[in-house]
Amino acid sequence: MTETNGQSSEPGLSPENQAVIQLTRKDFVSDQEVRWCPGCGDYSILAQTQKVMPDFGYPRENIVFISGIGCSGRLPYYMNTFGFHTIHGRAPTLATGLKAARPDLMVWVITGDGDALSIGGNHVLHSMRRNVDFKMVMFNNRIYGLTKGQASPTSELGKRTKSTPSGTIDTPIMPLTIALAAEASFVARSVDTHTEHLQGTLELAGRHRGSAFVEVLQNCNIFNDGAFRDFTDREVREDRMLLLEDGQPMIFGKDRDKGIRLRGLHPEVVALGDAVTEDDLLVHDAHAPEPYLALMLSRMWWPEFPVPVGVLRDVARPTHDELLTGQIDAAVAASGEGDLARALKSGETWTVE
Amino acid sequence: MTTEIGERQLHEQELDRVTIRFAGDSGDGMQLTGTQFTRTAAVFGNDISTLPDFPAEIRAPAGSLPGVSGFQISFSSSEIHTPGDQPDVLVAMNPAALKTNVGDLPAGGALIVNSDAFTQQNLNKAAYAGSPLTDGSLKQYTVFEIPISTLNARALEGLEMTNKQVDLTKNFFALGIMFWLYERSMDPTLRWVDQKFSARPVIAEANKRALKAGYAFGETTEIFHERYIVPPAHLEPGVYRNITGNEATALGFLAASRLARRPLFYGSYPITPASDILHQLSTYKSFGVKTFQAEDEIAAIGAAIGASYGGALGMTATAGPGIALKSEAMGLAVMVELPLVVCDIQRAGPSTGMPTKTEQADLLQVMFGRNSDSPIPIVAPATPAECFDYAIEAWRIALKYVTPVVYLSDAFLATGAEPWKIPSPDKLPDIAVENVTDPSSYRPYARNPETLARMWAVPGTKGLEHRIGGLEKADITGNVSYDPENHHQMQVLRAQKVAGIARDIPPLDVYGPPEGDLLILGWGSTYGAIRSAVERLQANGRSVAHAHLRYLNPFPANTEQVVRSYRRVLIPEVNLGQLLMLIRARFLIDAVGYDRVRGKPFRIAEIFDEAERLLGPTTRESIAPARAARGRTHSRERKAKRRTGDD
Ligand code: SF4
Repeated sequence: MTETNGQSSEPGLSPENQAVIQLTRKDFVSDQEVRWCPGCGDYSILAQTQKVMPDFGYPRENIVFISGIGCSGRLPYYMNTFGFHTIHGRAPTLATGLKAARPDLMVWVITGDGDALSIGGNHVLHSMRRNVDFKMVMFNNRIYGLTKGQASPTSELGKRTKSTPSGTIDTPIMPLTIALAAEASFVARSVDTHTEHLQGTLELAGRHRGSAFVEVLQNCNIFNDGAFRDFTDREVREDRMLLLEDGQPMIFGKDRDKGIRLRGLHPEVVALGDAVTEDDLLVHDAHAPEPYLALMLSRMWWPEFPVPVGVLRDVARPTHDELLTGQIDAAVAASGEGDLARALKSGETWTVE
Repeated sequence: MTTEIGERQLHEQELDRVTIRFAGDSGDGMQLTGTQFTRTAAVFGNDISTLPDFPAEIRAPAGSLPGVSGFQISFSSSEIHTPGDQPDVLVAMNPAALKTNVGDLPAGGALIVNSDAFTQQNLNKAAYAGSPLTDGSLKQYTVFEIPISTLNARALEGLEMTNKQVDLTKNFFALGIMFWLYERSMDPTLRWVDQKFSARPVIAEANKRALKAGYAFGETTEIFHERYIVPPAHLEPGVYRNITGNEATALGFLAASRLARRPLFYGSYPITPASDILHQLSTYKSFGVKTFQAEDEIAAIGAAIGASYGGALGMTATAGPGIALKSEAMGLAVMVELPLVVCDIQRAGPSTGMPTKTEQADLLQVMFGRNSDSPIPIVAPATPAECFDYAIEAWRIALKYVTPVVYLSDAFLATGAEPWKIPSPDKLPDIAVENVTDPSSYRPYARNPETLARMWAVPGTKGLEHRIGGLEKADITGNVSYDPENHHQMQVLRAQKVAGIARDIPPLDVYGPPEGDLLILGWGSTYGAIRSAVERLQANGRSVAHAHLRYLNPFPANTEQVVRSYRRVLIPEVNLGQLLMLIRARFLIDAVGYDRVRGKPFRIAEIFDEAERLLGPTTRESIAPARAARGRTHSRERKAKRRTGDD
């Protein structure tokens, strides 16, 4: 997976870096002992993250992992890069400032469903709309793990937890719908146990310029074991998940015999056969300028629908740091580098002899 | 002196100091009027001090009491420290302005009213039962009733403007009268009009006509029998400009960025009275200044910490309610030990309080308002011009000690103005520090033995990859640690680092005798009122000194020695005794407080009277009345000696 290292068109890579860096997964493993519960889905996400890191061609010191609070928040300690474990929900804000000050860095934000969608919801909204050039990986386990098992904003309605013994009465929100509504330019979903798919998704996110939002369905085997088992288990996944491929019709099923068709404004599952052919199916278009299709996909969920995984949206627009730096360059071009003595003397002055 | 204008006898009187208050509806342009008078007085060479007073509502109903906007300017031929306790002249553009301001006018004061505005409707809006112009209630003042609206409309006849547009220029007619009355040139304002309305020649012409008509009115009508001259003050030689605290703050941070050779990143959420700093810094793009209007207060400080982590000067500014929201992130900055400056432009609280009004009641909030022991150095400028120096000083400390720093200003400093001797950039201190780049000995929490600053390495430095965060750190390595002894040691180290800054700041300066009966100790924007009161007390033969803290955490090293050198210590504050609590707790002395929390600065007379009360009857005969006793014996330290500059 290192074939891109030599491509000089790669964003963020300076030619000298591309020439010398030949890092491997091991280079990204820190000396800290990993402390998630045995069997936790976080291990896989960490491993896939470490695996794809060499592919981007950035030297280790130019990569920064920023996290909030929750089990996911520990990930930066395990990455042998720069890392900042911040406070609950605020990782996107630090990443925004860091990227604004240092456009040369590759910045990853690691968060969870509580961190990103409860306490930090506002920052997700605004960093996405600004298209801040960071990659946000949201571990969605539909529970608060670190605080030992309370309902989260993605917990299903009626879920009984320590904090909701009679069942939660709060309707869950769909993370990808939120990201799309916030104008995120890259939106994708993957699953902790689908290692290859997860690697590929992280790889695409890492190569995206601008805000990338990746939801990883992650199993918390201690407090919410099997939350996604119904459709992610090896035996059923092909029939219950929809692997999105850009430009391809939406077909799924072990025998590739089912598909998604649009009826009126709604998607429906159809069986392919004499009456319905591939031509009747929706064709995925991650690059569509308007996110109608992506929004529809973001709301599809088992058991009504197969759960879509892959890239829902991938569009290009200027990033926050590009626009910020652009304004500065334009100001310098228009009036030259700022002159402090002149700024101090701005306005009406007078001389006392 | 008496001059003849036509048939008319006109007396000219020289005054040392005059205080004028312009008051009108917030749509009447009173702030602009005041600002123009200020510029003119400043360019003329007077010492000046100003106090704008505007309503929180952007456009309260026209003519209503909450809609009144005021601007007070004091200008003088000698050094002044405050915008004046009471106006000598009140210009009231409508009944509401009269009603809300006339109480401050001393008996015998001059009152200029726009009589056109005293309609039944406006009187009703101001809740006047009858017209104060006719009911005798103003008889203790010298009242000048001038139909300003009518006269102004007549002067603008023939211009293609709506009646409403014409009416909007009446403030310049009033300004013209004041220029005539105080023998001021109209040129600076005429130039300003030309520049401001270059694209709208009719509006420019209207404003110029209004101004000139007001001036001519003063000259030709016979209602004024005196003109007043306030000669220039004797300021230290140099190039001056007029500056508000917020302007000086923004310029100070711009300068700090140059002096530290690091780009400035300013994250902020709009909030009164801090927003002007954001507005001004956002115009400094050609300096590489990056401004970020965040989605909330927390994002503003989060982004600032992120920028500092990347090696920039990351900073944020807000008022008290914003500090409350930023507290957790300030604690993070304490734990990760990164440079950061957080400005609190204090305003009246609690909660939303009175957003446009001044107060200095956030001291304990910034000192202690975080979970656990979370020490942060605090600097607090005392005058608008000083804001420049302490903005640089805040960054000097933040960088040298690798720590967040709080910069405390307030609404009075932020919007008040005074002349500022413009410093030469090459006289400003070098505050640059180097980041660590050598991987061989790098330990994220190893410290400089002298300053206790931790080793600060920024992303992008090869071989220095490391992780920081809000979890407790092991000493030296910076790894996460739950070790009990380590936690105790780290708490102590963080406190010692901040306490040690006392060795690196100037001693507390005393104005007056080194020991004596009374020390008046202040901080922040009370400086002017305290200094003026102390000058009067000293002129009365009282053994009184003034000390003003610019560093509130840590205190200057000699603070205890100073406060123990006087029989009594009086601490006036625009809060209910916050510095008082710190001083009493820290030094176990029986200091007493004097609190007035009204959203307004202290009056000189209040502090004077309180000091007199504390001191008790004098054995000596009292000398001249206070007003004549304004001394000129001391140096012009405020304008001439900039701590971070020349010394
Ligand atoms: S609590 Fe759940 S999410 Fe957290 S480490 Fe344990 S298994 Fe993983």
